[in-house]
Amino acid sequence: MDFAFAYDTLLTLLPAVPLTLLLAFNAILFGAVLALGLALCRISGLAILDWPARAYIFAFRGTPLLVQLFLIYYGLGQFPAVRHSILWPILREPYWCAVIALTLNTAAYASEIIRGGLLSVPHGQIEAAKACGMSRLLMARRIVLPLAIRQALPGYGNEMITMVKATSLASIITLMEITGVAAKLISETYRVMEVFIVAGALYLAINFVLTRLLALVERWLNPDARRRAQHPIAAAEEVTA
Amino acid sequence: MTRQSLLDLLSFGPDGWGTVLAWATLTTVLIALSGYAIGAVIGVVGAYAKVSGGRIARSLADAYTTVLRGIPDLLVIYLFYFGGSAVVTWVGRLMGAEGFVGFPGFLAGALAIGITSGAQQTEVLRGGFHAVAKGELEAAKACGMSRSLMARRIVAPLTLRHALPGLGNVWQVVLKESALVSVTGVVELMRQAQIGAGSTRLPFDFYLIAACIFLLISSISGFLFGRSEARLSRGVRRG
Repeated sequence: MDFAFAYDTLLTLLPAVPLTLLLAFNAILFGAVLALGLALCRISGLAILDWPARAYIFAFRGTPLLVQLFLIYYGLGQFPAVRHSILWPILREPYWCAVIALTLNTAAYASEIIRGGLLSVPHGQIEAAKACGMSRLLMARRIVLPLAIRQALPGYGNEMITMVKATSLASIITLMEITGVAAKLISETYRVMEVFIVAGALYLAINFVLTRLLALVERWLNPDARRRAQHPIAAAEEVTA
Repeated sequence: MTRQSLLDLLSFGPDGWGTVLAWATLTTVLIALSGYAIGAVIGVVGAYAKVSGGRIARSLADAYTTVLRGIPDLLVIYLFYFGGSAVVTWVGRLMGAEGFVGFPGFLAGALAIGITSGAQQTEVLRGGFHAVAKGELEAAKACGMSRSLMARRIVAPLTLRHALPGLGNVWQVVLKESALVSVTGVVELMRQAQIGAGSTRLPFDFYLIAACIFLLISSISGFLFGRSEARLSRGVRRG
């Protein structure tokens, strides 16, 4: 392996990292909002909310992200109504099309993870909150959401890592994020191995940092487990006392 | 040009795209199946290394699954497509051929999917093995089974039973990943939809058709996986 060339490659690829991060961040952020809405529709028990959400999740989980991306980026432009609408300045941009496709895609997967988390909240906890006279909003904020998030976080973490990797598809619609720049470098230099290793290492580094952050959040959300790990004797005494 | 309806596009006649789309669907299924099969072989080897390998085999398998689950599939496809071409060109030059020799996209795609799904299948199979009750293995040993007989009669069927839901998920991922192989120029479903979209100027219709075909394949395979899960778990008492 040619280290001088690998170093040059790294310098070429580094400026592409912010775009990858931005795509992933936006998709995860907007996706989480949409996913929460979908999960609430699914558990609402109202057929009129439940079935559209089911159909959405089925469609977006059953088709490749690439098809969704192409439908939005190339497909929507087919309709004059879309081309003449006020949304066209957004739907014309590959960046926003990528963000929209990634958001819609991750929302479908994440909503099932959130739904699992919400369903895992023990019934007794909800009853206890009601018995204390909590309003629905207070109960959601103090009891249901913290417990649900704690339960859903490991699964959600996997989905976030999937999203970081999925941003690479944006290169197919001309966005120059890490994979886009890497593919361009490969086709210019034909030095596949070096470029692949450097680009792969960048993705691994991003995902490594992400998993570390998620582990920190998980620790923060599980104060009881943290206490047990730090002061096993004190925690045990507290239980027996 | 009069606007064709979706059904006209799908017709099998001389003006319709039905025939080429059917062939493209077959190619998609074949790419996904070959990638999945390669991944299954890697998965068995990797899971074996993780479960009962030595320290070196274990850390190699750990490195493999960590790396391959942390980098995008598209990058791996590029690696095999361009890397394969580089190797083939180099071999061609040794044999006296001139210039650039392309690597078949189908092979590159199947290998890339195999390598990435192999990492996922390794983890699924490892989890499946750990779910096998210890008593079953002890009982097999107590019956005096040899290691290979035990692997064939006890470990493999029981691991498969526990791993099947996870393997079904990996298959769904592989099926959708196969769409990425279109970047190598293989005329699978996605590439065919691109060709159709380009020549008719109806991208929305063609990508919608492709999406529906993917949905159909994944629904059918989901149904089949459900059936085999029921069959493999027929000896399990339902709580």
